[in-house]
Amino acid sequence: MSPGLLLRRLLGAVPLLLAISLLLFTIVHLAPGGPTDVYADNPSVTPQALAQIRIAYGLDQPLPVQYLRWALAMTRGVWGYSIRTGRPVTTEIAERLPASLLLGGTALALSALIALPVGILSAALRRSAVDRVLTLLSFAGISIPVFWLALMLQLLFSIRWGLLPAAGYETIVDAGGDAGWLDHLRHLAMPAAVLSLATIATWSRFLRGSLIDTLQQDYVRTAYAKGHGTAGVIIHHALRNALIPVVTIVSLDLASLMSGAIITETVFAWPGIGRLFVESMDARDYPVLMGLMMLGSLALVLANLCADIVYTLIDPRIRYA
Amino acid sequence: MLESAAARVSLVFLVLLAAAVILVPLCSRYAYDQQDLGLIGQPAAPDAAHWFGTDTLGEDSLTRVFYGGRISLEVGLASALVSTLVGTAIGALAGFFGGRVDQCLMRATDVVLSIPLLPLVLLLSGMFRPDLPLLVLAIGGLTWMATARVVRGQFLSLRELEFVAAARALGAGSGRLILRHMLPNAIAPITVSATLAVGSSILLESALSFLGFGVQPPTPTWGNLLNAASPWIGTAPWLALPPGLLIFATVLAVNCLGDGLRDALDSRD
Repeated sequence: MSPGLLLRRLLGAVPLLLAISLLLFTIVHLAPGGPTDVYADNPSVTPQALAQIRIAYGLDQPLPVQYLRWALAMTRGVWGYSIRTGRPVTTEIAERLPASLLLGGTALALSALIALPVGILSAALRRSAVDRVLTLLSFAGISIPVFWLALMLQLLFSIRWGLLPAAGYETIVDAGGDAGWLDHLRHLAMPAAVLSLATIATWSRFLRGSLIDTLQQDYVRTAYAKGHGTAGVIIHHALRNALIPVVTIVSLDLASLMSGAIITETVFAWPGIGRLFVESMDARDYPVLMGLMMLGSLALVLANLCADIVYTLIDPRIRYA
Repeated sequence: MLESAAARVSLVFLVLLAAAVILVPLCSRYAYDQQDLGLIGQPAAPDAAHWFGTDTLGEDSLTRVFYGGRISLEVGLASALVSTLVGTAIGALAGFFGGRVDQCLMRATDVVLSIPLLPLVLLLSGMFRPDLPLLVLAIGGLTWMATARVVRGQFLSLRELEFVAAARALGAGSGRLILRHMLPNAIAPITVSATLAVGSSILLESALSFLGFGVQPPTPTWGNLLNAASPWIGTAPWLALPPGLLIFATVLAVNCLGDGLRDALDSRD
């Protein structure tokens, strides 16, 4: 992909982000009572004080003016202040982001490590008993409700067997924690397993299908004819081409990973941005919610862009006009 | 790829489940919000009077699980219907007219696809506190994109076929071409994606209700039953088991059925 084309695609993401921000802004400001609704229930906030707050936040201005001011501030990195804590939204998010990145990164790594061999095995042993069991398992993986699976794991591994901590990020030092990596790993185990299950299932299914398609192509038959074994043909010849369509689903799955993270972090009391979202929902903390939604959308748009780029890198046949 | 046996078992399970949730008012000895005053306070373990035990309010868990199934299935089916109608309409218009119409509609699809789904639905239902019909509209109105893309692809290829040109030459207008000539030829992929939409809608509704932003108690759904059961997971696990298992089994059955339909309607492996 040439630098000019890359630039053009980057610029193409701008109107997309503008449309998303306009949509989200409209939704939040259509809410009954608007962003100051949370103060309306508070008896110690007088109507005069409420009016002052509205002026201070610029809510007395016409909506288009409010949107322009908000959008301009967003691009300068001023994301507003949390209604709940009064701290900048960027600080709130930055504090919680590392925990989510750790959880999400572990889940992605687990998914790739497990889905790759499972998909290959399933395709190689197509229609065998092994393939059928793996197929059923992957159907179960996309059908199981994440929050229920999380509850059941807590019940078995924490409450019944006492093997893993039921929730949290680390053992507090006062309670005998040492903040060592083993302690973190024990806290990470269940949330990462729960979060990665759906992606393992979809990726391995997708890889299986794509690998089966690839194995029917002529060049694969040529490779067999040259005397390669099945394993060699799959790993050295077919896999590379079979992975191309998988790239698209990897970037699309980032969206479902975000949804999964909200549930997983809530059940396991994981101090990431998914839990921050639910906490902000309870407090109707719209500035934080808007910040998180915009961050999530930005990540999705960038992931799609990256998928396009990776596409051209692993398959030189693909050229974008 | 799952053999049709799996699809058949799934269909039987879903029919039985539908019968159970329809007949529950006739079969159950309790109303879904009827409280056993002697059992209020703590969840009670299963016994002869309450097969699945009772919750903290002394309500019969078995009755609530099946009443919950009513709401969960209703929301799942209705949301899938909305999502399929919207997706089919948008995909058909984009694929049929092509050009600028197609570009506009596909940009709109990109926009909705670029906003993380669960947070958006949470945000909407947290702000507007929707009743059931609005919740259905919200879920259906934000999950139509996959269907739209599939239908658009179908219409793009159908548009080039000769029977469409023939119908057009005989004087059929756009509306007639779309509805009478092309749509019936796209019905197979639409059926498959509608079936899969039922499963994902049930999962989405239950996640919303589990987090406390979907259907509100005392109306039971599988999701909010699990929400109520989660603090008692250590002491009263029998409350969390049935609703979760039923969501799991229902969505699994719907997905197997969808897969079976795909195989039956399309001979490609």
